[in-house]
Amino acid sequence: MTGQKMLEIKNLHVKLEEEDKQILKGVNLSIGAGEVHAIMGPNGSGKSTLSYVLSGRDGYEVTDGSATLDGAELLEMEPEERAAAGLFLAFQYPVEIPGVGNMTFLRTALNAQRKARGEAEVSAGDFLKLVREKAKTLKIDADMLKRPVNVGFSGGEKKRNEILQMAMLEPRMCILDETDSGLDVDAMKLVSEGVNALRSAGRSFLVITHYQRLLDHIKPDVVHIMAAGRIIKTGGPELALEVENNGYADLLAEVV
Amino acid sequence: MAVAAAKQDALAARIAGLSFAPGGWLGAARAGALARLSAMGLPGKRDEYWRYTDPSTLTVAAAPKAALFKADDEPMTFHGIDRLKLVFVDGVFDPAQSDDPAMAGVEIERLGDAGARDIHWAQGLYGVLEARGQQPVERPLATLNSAFASDGVLIRATGKAARPVSLIYHHASEVSDAILHHCVKVEDGAEITILENGPAAARFNKVMEVEVAKGGRFHHIRSQGRDHERRAVTHIFARLAEGALFKSFTLTANGVLTRNEAVIELAGDDAVAHVAGAAVGDGNFHHDDTVFVTHAGQRCESRQVFKKVLKNGAVGVFQGKILVKQGAQKTDGYQISQSLLLDGDSQFLAKPELEIYADDVKCSHGSTSGAIDETALFYLRSRGVPMRQAQGLLVLAFLAEAIAEIEDEAIAEDIRARLEGWLARHDH
Repeated sequence: MTGQKMLEIKNLHVKLEEEDKQILKGVNLSIGAGEVHAIMGPNGSGKSTLSYVLSGRDGYEVTDGSATLDGAELLEMEPEERAAAGLFLAFQYPVEIPGVGNMTFLRTALNAQRKARGEAEVSAGDFLKLVREKAKTLKIDADMLKRPVNVGFSGGEKKRNEILQMAMLEPRMCILDETDSGLDVDAMKLVSEGVNALRSAGRSFLVITHYQRLLDHIKPDVVHIMAAGRIIKTGGPELALEVENNGYADLLAEVV
Repeated sequence: MAVAAAKQDALAARIAGLSFAPGGWLGAARAGALARLSAMGLPGKRDEYWRYTDPSTLTVAAAPKAALFKADDEPMTFHGIDRLKLVFVDGVFDPAQSDDPAMAGVEIERLGDAGARDIHWAQGLYGVLEARGQQPVERPLATLNSAFASDGVLIRATGKAARPVSLIYHHASEVSDAILHHCVKVEDGAEITILENGPAAARFNKVMEVEVAKGGRFHHIRSQGRDHERRAVTHIFARLAEGALFKSFTLTANGVLTRNEAVIELAGDDAVAHVAGAAVGDGNFHHDDTVFVTHAGQRCESRQVFKKVLKNGAVGVFQGKILVKQGAQKTDGYQISQSLLLDGDSQFLAKPELEIYADDVKCSHGSTSGAIDETALFYLRSRGVPMRQAQGLLVLAFLAEAIAEIEDEAIAEDIRARLEGWLARHDH
């Protein structure tokens, strides 16, 4: 699979803003349209930092390198501009927002993105129809849609809600940050089915995970191993199996 | 007693220009109020009850000047709500702009007209609840109001009112000084909604006395003016009989000084009183909610929900007390006061108090002050919601618990629209 490059990360160096601590030390990664890439790696390797930096979270300073989405420099955009450009981060810890209804949140986000792209807003009726249809396949009931965003949701419900947002917003580049954490087997299956339903030639995924088991459900085209702020090895799905069987130690040893 | 003498002098100066209307039961009530006021004097900065709010501009002889607000396209609060309108301009009832007050289930009279009659139901109410509300803390500005109110309306609900009664207060003169006094009586099983909106005057002193009889239901939703420079001191005195319901919500946006006091007595058993407020202030804005809820009956429920959004040096004050009297068993009291400080210049001062003399009660209170949740803000932005819009959503979310106290969904929606308008005009 060698599509046109959708996400291109070159020599990305990132440190924490508040302290002198380098987290990413020259990440290179390119994902073509329609491809699914996985990043695996031990704790503290910089996987989540990469996802936050790409989505524009505060607290990080890019000291070198670039990241482009369809050729446009992501790192210069506000978080909302990145979203409108087609980037989506499924959070490892989805945020609870008391007082904001889930439906209001979804509709506001969808229409804000459409507005930013110069598209017409979706009418209340069309939106309702769309959200009900997508929610049904993720087994999200009417009550969850009515409740405030993620408030009182179980771990699995929060993750399903992330996938619902992804399905509604139809991003082109989806980053899943440890979406499998805190999920039981059934919930993982449901979430994976939701993701797989969204796979298409024009949409790419970057799946960040500790474990191979998620990749049994969401089959990657390419697997990267990240350690100490760099991608140290890239391969096919078999690389994930290797990690599962042997751990990271051998791979880390190879590099050092 | 230098302080007392100063207070007396201030009182003399304040009332010198006011006209006292004698005669009839109303005149007697006014005279009684004046006698009580003379014994109290006006509040001063050193009074504990005015510790966080300087009363001097509320007590000086002449109202400080307040520029009129240009509303532009922004519609008035409640404009889309079907209601019976009673209009006051700078504190004077304007029949020409008002609706015919005839409505099924409700009797409406102008204070001045009723005062001339020999016997009137309001006789047992005017100045009576206000006088009861002087214990254990004095509220002289309410007594001043009872003595010198120049106008007002008496509303008696005998059944279920067909429409809300809407009191609309226009501010027309930059130096107007209005004193209005309303009485509302909700008879057994009757129900009424009172709406109030508008800045009323450069300086506004308003008292509303509300008596809710057995099983009666009283709803009150108010939006206090948009004029940035207006000043207001308002009091609601309410007394609830068995099984009565009282619900009051106030939206305050703008105004250099606002002191809203609510003094509520749950006299009968199984009564419910909810009082809530949402205040948004930008810059020269001082907003004070002072609430005193007394539980006398058994199994009563009270809720105080006050939320303030403050920026650019705005100040919010909350003084709230729940007093549970001996014998008021199974009381359920709740009080929350919270502020959202949008910058480091603004401040929130809170004094929550509980005083409980019964042993089988449930009372909780909490007070917090915080900044906007950055994590939630990022979450919204990461989904494509622009910064300002995301902040607006979070501000409305913060105020939601107070707005939820409005039962009528159309009115709640109107209040939300007012807030959205305010947020748009006061961009972060």
